Amino acid sequence: MSGPLSPAPPAEAGPGTVTPSVGPLRRRRVRWGDRLLFGYTWLVLLWLFAPIAVMIAFGFNDTKSKSNVSWQGFTLKWWGRLGDYPDLTTAVTNSISIALLATLVTTVLGTLMGIALGRYRFRGQAATNLVMFAAISSPELVMGASLLSLFISLGVQTGYTTIVLAHVLFSVSFVAVTVRARVVGLDGSIEEAARDLGASTWITFWRVTFPMILPGVVSGALLAFALSIDDFVITQFTSGATITFPLWIYGAVRIGVPPQVNILGTLIFAVGVAIAVVNTLTSRRRS
Amino acid sequence: MRRKIAPYLLILPGGLWLVIFLVVPLVFMASVSTQEGDVVNGFVQTFHLANFTDALVEYKTQFLRSAGYGLAGTLLTIALAYPVAYWIAFKGGARKSTYLLLVLLPFFVSFVLRTVSWKFLLADDGILLQPLKDLGLVPAGFHVLQTTVAVVGGLTYNYLPFMILPIYVALERVDPRVVEASYDLYSTARDSFTKIVLPLSLPGVFAGVLMTFVPMTSDYVNASILGGPSNTMIGNIIQTEYLVNNDYPAGAALSFTLMAAMLIGIFVYAKALGTENVLEAAAR
Repeated sequence: MSGPLSPAPPAEAGPGTVTPSVGPLRRRRVRWGDRLLFGYTWLVLLWLFAPIAVMIAFGFNDTKSKSNVSWQGFTLKWWGRLGDYPDLTTAVTNSISIALLATLVTTVLGTLMGIALGRYRFRGQAATNLVMFAAISSPELVMGASLLSLFISLGVQTGYTTIVLAHVLFSVSFVAVTVRARVVGLDGSIEEAARDLGASTWITFWRVTFPMILPGVVSGALLAFALSIDDFVITQFTSGATITFPLWIYGAVRIGVPPQVNILGTLIFAVGVAIAVVNTLTSRRRS
Repeated sequence: MRRKIAPYLLILPGGLWLVIFLVVPLVFMASVSTQEGDVVNGFVQTFHLANFTDALVEYKTQFLRSAGYGLAGTLLTIALAYPVAYWIAFKGGARKSTYLLLVLLPFFVSFVLRTVSWKFLLADDGILLQPLKDLGLVPAGFHVLQTTVAVVGGLTYNYLPFMILPIYVALERVDPRVVEASYDLYSTARDSFTKIVLPLSLPGVFAGVLMTFVPMTSDYVNASILGGPSNTMIGNIIQTEYLVNNDYPAGAALSFTLMAAMLIGIFVYAKALGTENVLEAAAR
């Protein structure tokens, strides 16, 4: 997230810059409009948060039945019984290890692509952009279905490995564009200076270029991890007998989703938010 | 010489990955779509094009319903997203990145789990409907789940951030001095919005449409968790053909048809508006 956050002026930038040129009458109207917009924005945000709040709350629900939909009172007992469903635990560990592995591969491949796209002009660049665009915008269902067609035709057994392959596929373009954005913004004269001072290409890259694009690489890696751990559709098509966290939940919907799922979801949510906040704060400090 | 091959070496691993697992599988899917047979005896290539006509005739309703849901959901997300993106871009001030983080907050909960949470919320005896029923505000038989409203609502919910982000990116790029200039030239607030801000933000809206309509139309998670038998979308059919019935040719024919329809749209989009808006929004 690169928002051009200039050393924020203390006064609100938006209305402050416009009002001097307009009369007091308009100013009042604009302010009413602002208030309306502000309220609308928060209503939409609250709507976005509603199911998250429910997810968190029902991890503390003292439910007796299998369907965890009505509030029965507060309890902490599910936290002590997180491991009640061994296959759920396996699903979560699968999700995490798949996400780590996919992120590692994706980050390496995507960073290389991002550097190439941001640094060089070459034949086939437009084609590369088009393929990446297709990977980002084509429906997951079609990607999943065509991957499964490939695996079936070649007699490849779907499972853990094919999930990782698929996850790298749909996240590599995201890392590439994130890194590319960072590379394009680089000041080339710094690298030139390094070379003038006698640094080899290799040293220049690792000591000068790489540290400068690192924030882009980190954001890309975080995005790849988030995309992987959350993925359902492509995973379902390429999973075979392997179960991940989202697949387990989907399978449990009909019989009733136990509170353990809410707690695990809450934990993943908390970790994700913490990382995002730290990432935003550090990138803000850097700029 | 070294400079010449450097970009290709860098592109190669990722590029190959994309070609092998994105482009090549499409060829295989095309091939499977004209095969005949079953799982037990194997599938044979017979160039049986009737798979396509059969699939289209049998699942015409689901195709049309998916397009309808996708369209309704997309229009709803525009209506919900535009004012929010506008507020963040122009009035967010120093808190812009905080607001953006709030918009992205749902992404930290798995897509399936979010949808399941809506199922909790909207359940017949859930925390929203039960109190209303107790108060007699809605009839006891009233339900939201298993209706079109629930499915379109779920789709709108799940894809809303994909509309807010590109519109925000486009709006943020609007130079405030241009808007100011319009006021100096005695433009009304309405005119400076419809004649300056709105046209400048349209590329963002188009990018958002692409990023919401395509996944909404091919979604099957919302319909299967929130919807009932009368809300089946084409995604549900394809998923069932592939993973339950193991009728791969039928599933391939259906998803190939779906993809062809989408691809025409995507390529027309890429030709007309370029790929940059979507790639940039994805980089956020």
